[in-house]
Amino acid sequence: MIGVAVTVRVQRGDFDLAAEVAALSAGRHDIGAVVTFCGLCRDEAGTLSALELEHYPGMAEAEITRICNEAVARFDLQAATAVHRYGKILPGENIVLVVTASPHRQAAFDGANFIMDFLKTAAPFWKKEHAADGSAGGWVSAKDEDDSARDRWSE
Amino acid sequence: MASVNLVYFAWVRERIGRAEETLELPESVVTAGDLLAYLKTLGEEYEAALEHENVIRVAINQEHVDHGEKIAGAREIALFPPMTGG
Repeated sequence: MIGVAVTVRVQRGDFDLAAEVAALSAGRHDIGAVVTFCGLCRDEAGTLSALELEHYPGMAEAEITRICNEAVARFDLQAATAVHRYGKILPGENIVLVVTASPHRQAAFDGANFIMDFLKTAAPFWKKEHAADGSAGGWVSAKDEDDSARDRWSE
Repeated sequence: MASVNLVYFAWVRERIGRAEETLELPESVVTAGDLLAYLKTLGEEYEAALEHENVIRVAINQEHVDHGEKIAGAREIALFPPMTGG
């Protein structure tokens, strides 16, 4: 795909949604739709004080890039950006950002959805919970519904 | 004997007690599944980490593979639990 900008970053620090959208659409007049998805850390009704995100450096970037390239090809996207944070993340803070662009809205919506479904099940990240009451937190278990969400793309 | 770099993540890393190591593997270890079975013979910590062998995910040279994949020529093999990012 010539001219399709796929931007992938894995970083400790926060990201700026507006800045990522601006960077993706800068100087272009062919984009008709931009969809953004932002995943945040929940406090689980006050029981969670932080999430610790571990990742596999190198493979995390490579796998998200593979997923974005597949989404670009499948939905004919004009651009895709994915930013995923690692390290300690507090409730209310950002974890992940996906931005997709296409001439019409449906492809951008579907592309963002597809990227998130595969990112959750195939990008090498693991969440550990820190409990608000100071008790030992545990690793978050993978959810069957995330596998189902991914599998619907091959139905 | 072939030498390979192994890297571990999340609770696999915690249970084994280290993030990475280089091991000499016997010729009988051909597939990723063979590797898991072999590691379980190396001690309690490996047994605890790899107890539920079928949930363990394997990546060779930073790409996901099935347990049936041959490991010949692998520079780096990673073992980790199902992923929970996003």
